Amino acid sequence: MTKKEFWRWPEYRHTVEGIDPKNGKVISGGVDIGSVSSKTVIMVDGEVFAQSVMRTGSSSPDSAERTMNWALEDTGLTLKDVQYVVGTGYGRVNIPFAQKAITEIACHGRGANFMWGPTVRTVLDMGGQDCKAIRVDEKGKVQNFLMNDKCAAGTGRGMEVFADLLSVPIQEVGDRSFAVKEEPQSVSSTCVVFAKSEAVGLLRSGWSKDEVLAAYCQAMAHRVVDLLNRVGVEKEFVITGGIAKNIGIVKRVEKELRIRALKPDQWRDDPRFDPMLAGAAGAALFAKVLYERSKG
Amino acid sequence: MITAGIDFGAKNVKVVILDDEKIVARGSALTGFDLKIAVKDASEMALKAAGLKLDEITHITETGIGQGSVAFAADSVSEVGANAKAGVKLLPSARTIIDVGAEEARAVKCDESGSMEDFVVNERCAAGAGAFVEAMARALEVELGQMGPMSLKATEAVPMNAQCTVFAESEVVSLIHAQTPKANIARAIHDAIAERVISMVRRLGITEDVLLVGGLAYDVGYVDSMKRGLGVEVHVPELPEYVSAYGAALVAQERAKE
Amino acid sequence: MLIANYGYKDGSGEYFITLDTDKCDGCGKCVEVCPASVLEVIPNEYDIEDGDIMGVREEHRHKLKYSCAPCKATSGDVEPPCVLACPTRAIIHFLSEAKGQVL
Ligand code: SF4
Ligand code: SF4
Repeated sequence: MTKKEFWRWPEYRHTVEGIDPKNGKVISGGVDIGSVSSKTVIMVDGEVFAQSVMRTGSSSPDSAERTMNWALEDTGLTLKDVQYVVGTGYGRVNIPFAQKAITEIACHGRGANFMWGPTVRTVLDMGGQDCKAIRVDEKGKVQNFLMNDKCAAGTGRGMEVFADLLSVPIQEVGDRSFAVKEEPQSVSSTCVVFAKSEAVGLLRSGWSKDEVLAAYCQAMAHRVVDLLNRVGVEKEFVITGGIAKNIGIVKRVEKELRIRALKPDQWRDDPRFDPMLAGAAGAALFAKVLYERSKG
Repeated sequence: MITAGIDFGAKNVKVVILDDEKIVARGSALTGFDLKIAVKDASEMALKAAGLKLDEITHITETGIGQGSVAFAADSVSEVGANAKAGVKLLPSARTIIDVGAEEARAVKCDESGSMEDFVVNERCAAGAGAFVEAMARALEVELGQMGPMSLKATEAVPMNAQCTVFAESEVVSLIHAQTPKANIARAIHDAIAERVISMVRRLGITEDVLLVGGLAYDVGYVDSMKRGLGVEVHVPELPEYVSAYGAALVAQERAKE
Repeated sequence: MLIANYGYKDGSGEYFITLDTDKCDGCGKCVEVCPASVLEVIPNEYDIEDGDIMGVREEHRHKLKYSCAPCKATSGDVEPPCVLACPTRAIIHFLSEAKGQVL
């Protein structure tokens, strides 16, 4: 039996109704190959038309192909119809059908500007294996950035270690971390390895799983706030990446920053605003610009 | 005169009892989650081996993470201070003493009398301490004690890219999937931790002789990586993990005389 | 204006190399003096309209503290070679370590 994985968000695809790609002038694509999930956004004239989220397999080119094909499924389009594709994410240089690779930092900045509008100044992207703090201007252009992909603390990976330890599915982590009578003291170690042994001790001394989750979410929030403070936080502030869907972290980051994230829940009603797709959306927007430029 | 040194390590509590400068007994117990129980177990073990009672010990000095938690210790000394004292006693020509424990690595530069001149500590990141090797052994599915001998059998140097313990675990797993011989992976692990410890020590400048102490000094693979990385001879005393406790007991000797 | 930060913060402290890309003109003097080949001149990947700038090589991004350690062998406030070599003073090294460190 394979080990149960408690931490992944479900795979899905989505087509936006009411858009006819046949009437569009530019069909562009953005593919974001992250360490955990691979995402594609197809845009028609700069508006989201289709999207998919899948887990990343062992090979980046395969993952890229699968997520792209899935996004195009039932849309009447094939890869040939997509005029320009930009790749991003850690696997960006291994996407055979992408015309250009652009850093995640630039794509997340651009994508956040698209999803939340020109008032966004600070983007926190919490990915599976990294965490980025990005300052952008009103056009979504990067002004200051910081990426931590060295230390697992403050990344999805750190959360995974805890979800695994406690056998709690990731979708429940947020809610369960608030199902405590009183917010417990934060786990004191920054290091995931030491925090884990601390947690084992806490469980043994009678803490509930929920309390331990709360204590870890807090430590994690503290970590990312440290990073954010290095680039300076200015309103509006948004969170992208898989962890943006974990309210256990989001709420605690907001509390520590004393700034509320802009519309953190809009994705629940409209999948176009899935914060996991910000990088792919930014890439698709760059693709449109690059395509237009190539046509003069 | 009888004195004792207690070293609260992240993994084990160690006790050394001295008669003047001679070690008469030692004891150790898992630190666990209750320091009081651990220190009681370790000191009872040492007292029993020495055939002594607690009140026959003139002076007790403690060192390590749990300082202040034992009522019967008279005072305390820093780990680096204790290491300098004990290191020079064990190897009079030692000038740089590197101590890699379960959760911390530290290095101290000292003079011929065992007084500390400068030190560096690297703490709270598992990637720079013994915990790294432990986690990697688990990922390799090899017993910790087997890591050293295995690593000496390596035929090829394979690079490890991840720095963080958590990411390195997955890297080890993918190396296994890629059919990399376990011996080569073990060596890559030792080289990685040695590289981190060495660059920390470089801040002090490396003055010979170099003495390696702490639990990880038992690991022959790691010692070998340190030798290759430093390019100088690396000395390991007997019972390297008791060196801090021994140092504390030596400090207790001095303080008792004052 | 773009400020690029390379480096990380982990349990043992923080190490960042910060570059002011407005000041940096990609001259490469820092690359020449760096004894550990940590730096390189790259196209500004964060702004597709801009020219070349200094960047930290991928393989060093995760271990700056270790890669740059030899430049800080002795204590004191001496700036590392790359910072001194930069004609426009575009580079800053930021280092702070966990408690217990004597610098
Ligand atoms: S502090 Fe822990 S989680 Fe962070 S890099 Fe070190 S080992 Fe990894
Ligand atoms: S501090 Fe030294 S090693 Fe680090 S980038 Fe500058 S010149 Fe290179």
